[in-house]
Amino acid sequence: MIGPVLAARSEQELEGGSVLPDLRKTPITKLQLVKYAGASGDYNLIHTDDETARRVGLEGVIAHGMLSMAFLGEYLCWLAGPESIRRLSVRFVEMVRPGDTLTCRGRVKEQTVGNAGRQLLLEVWAENQRAERVTVGEAEVQIS
Amino acid sequence: MDQPPALSRDLIGRESEEVLFEVERGAIRKFAEAVQEQTPECLRGEVAPPTFPTTFRMTIPGLTFDLARVLHGAQEYRYERPLRAGDRVRCRLRVADIYQRKGRLGEMTFLILALEGRDESGSAVFTGTTTAILR
Repeated sequence: MIGPVLAARSEQELEGGSVLPDLRKTPITKLQLVKYAGASGDYNLIHTDDETARRVGLEGVIAHGMLSMAFLGEYLCWLAGPESIRRLSVRFVEMVRPGDTLTCRGRVKEQTVGNAGRQLLLEVWAENQRAERVTVGEAEVQIS
Repeated sequence: MDQPPALSRDLIGRESEEVLFEVERGAIRKFAEAVQEQTPECLRGEVAPPTFPTTFRMTIPGLTFDLARVLHGAQEYRYERPLRAGDRVRCRLRVADIYQRKGRLGEMTFLILALEGRDESGSAVFTGTTTAILR
């Protein structure tokens, strides 16, 4: 199954450089970080306990990097469908704090058309409300 | 403040036990809800979100550090197919590399962990690579 966004686009509309639509997430809350800690099993207290965060020199709790990567994973599902995802690689470059609103963005780096279908190499990133890229990466999706 | 001892490069190659994880519908839904996923298959608990392998937690004998001093630098996942509810995956975590490098925060230790997930017949389902930075 192909996600609704890329399925609706022709080969010409997915050439290198093509800009993909945005996925805006709801603002990150402390409650979400507690839920994500529980759901993911990442109990590092710098994400849920301000006291621990301050002890290591932070102003307060910061979001799990993996939460922003999960947003990008959702972005790929929305773009291409969960069955199509072959790779997602990210670097966590800026901290994300409660109250930040992340938007997932992307563009096509390369489209390869072969016997196995179309393979897209995408540049994807999550940026905050100040348009700073917080998590940046690359993904490969296979569209048969 | 005490500097934590750098990790010994002797740990490179060390592995966890193989651990069998069952992908549970409820765990998928809980994860999807925490992330505020909108993907219908994930919200129904049928297909796991792409970063779900992060829930497969394993320990490697001898590898210890102060969790509060670890930064997650980078993460990669490669997939043969998505994980689905009911999948039983055999996972193993390995220390792929340890090295020192000067960064923005001074001398830092980089720890590279390789995760491998196979189905019950032994075929690869996904791999993961974690770059952790110990400051």
